[in-house]
Amino acid sequence: MASDTAKAGSDAAILLSGVVVALGGFPALAGVDLAVRSGELVALRGANGTGKSTLLRLCAGLTPLTRGSARVLGVDVATQRDTVRSLVGLLGHDNGLYSDLTARENVQFVAHLVGAGTSDVDAALDRLGVDARVAATRAGALSAGQRRRTALASLVVRRAQLWLLDEPHAGLDSAARSELDGILREATRSGATVVYTTHESDALGATVPRTITLTSGVVARDVMEHSR
Amino acid sequence: MNTVLAIARKDLTIEWRTRTLLARVVPFALLVLVLFAVALDSEPLILRAAAGLVWLAMLFATMLLVQRSFDLETADSALDALLGFVSSSSKVFFGKALSLFVQLFSLAVVLVCAAVVLYGARVEGGGVVLLVTVLLTATVGLALVGTLYGVVVANMNGRDSLLPLLALPVLAPLLIGATRATEAAFGSDTIDVSNGWAWAALLAVYAVVFGSAGAAAFAPLAQGDS
Repeated sequence: MASDTAKAGSDAAILLSGVVVALGGFPALAGVDLAVRSGELVALRGANGTGKSTLLRLCAGLTPLTRGSARVLGVDVATQRDTVRSLVGLLGHDNGLYSDLTARENVQFVAHLVGAGTSDVDAALDRLGVDARVAATRAGALSAGQRRRTALASLVVRRAQLWLLDEPHAGLDSAARSELDGILREATRSGATVVYTTHESDALGATVPRTITLTSGVVARDVMEHSR
Repeated sequence: MNTVLAIARKDLTIEWRTRTLLARVVPFALLVLVLFAVALDSEPLILRAAAGLVWLAMLFATMLLVQRSFDLETADSALDALLGFVSSSSKVFFGKALSLFVQLFSLAVVLVCAAVVLYGARVEGGGVVLLVTVLLTATVGLALVGTLYGVVVANMNGRDSLLPLLALPVLAPLLIGATRATEAAFGSDTIDVSNGWAWAALLAVYAVVFGSAGAAAFAPLAQGDS
């Protein structure tokens, strides 16, 4: 694993070495070594409490590093968390939407924050298949799938280089899951790196390029598609 | 600055849609003033207590507005997402404080007008300038402290009751300063306008202290760092 980390070199989107994160004294991550290359699509698996969400929040600059070293998109997570946050798009269990704003207003708000324009908002909504009727509907009145797509449009509009998605398939029906899978693959084709957590073995069918399994806060398995 | 304004505008847009201030907080604060008047039932006593009653009502209303402000952020884990979209967490602090300030200042104007109508309070001459200054500095202080303690309790169970328990003691100096300065602006026998300016200056210092503390502490509090 350590050799993999070294081999990833400068093109690594995520480079973790001996990472420990203690939450309330409990080691949620207990020595993680991991390298994810730019443009990879990675599924992060594991039972509840194995550290999947903590790993995503660490990489998003939202949870502090206790020990070890962590670089995300070349930025040191330990010392430059604000910079990391500005480069990474994290979508947690929830969608982070304001239910009293319309879908479009939610994405427009993000566009204001990141300095994107109206054309970027239109393009992001179009790319995610959020039509004019849905865009004009308050987020609180949208279906789970529509809310997920709106949240993903926010990641697109901010041009996140690294997408960190915490159980993005949860609560979606099979059609919405297929749509989401397509969106994630398209994101990697356009240069983004995508890491998502899942309980399920086949969230992206049989074609998920890389699956990492966490157990008790450490990487237990790391399987590339070609090695299956 | 654009980020701060965008966050404040977002909160104010939601407020305009949901009418929380107009439909719930303003009636509540006016009710507090009316009930105090009924309870005191003495015109000289009411007139003397007018400034204090206005700021007590402001403190209670602040708790409601702060809770509402952070309910918006915790309902769909929006605060986590928001922190991911800004280059500095302090911008979120000042954006939310700005939105609270606009709402609280509007409420303070309504309550002072209510004090004039209900309690017979009078503001004349130099008292007007002092009163406007006090309303500005005290509501800035309320907004900053409210935002700081709002994020402290944002992810806690029982935050509705914890917020007043934690914030009201910290707001006691602001209550005293704002009350004394407003008494001076109202032309009270106990304090004159010139002394009121010293209290207004104290309110400004209070706002600067909590503005600095909030900017520094907001990120670790919002992210739950230990």
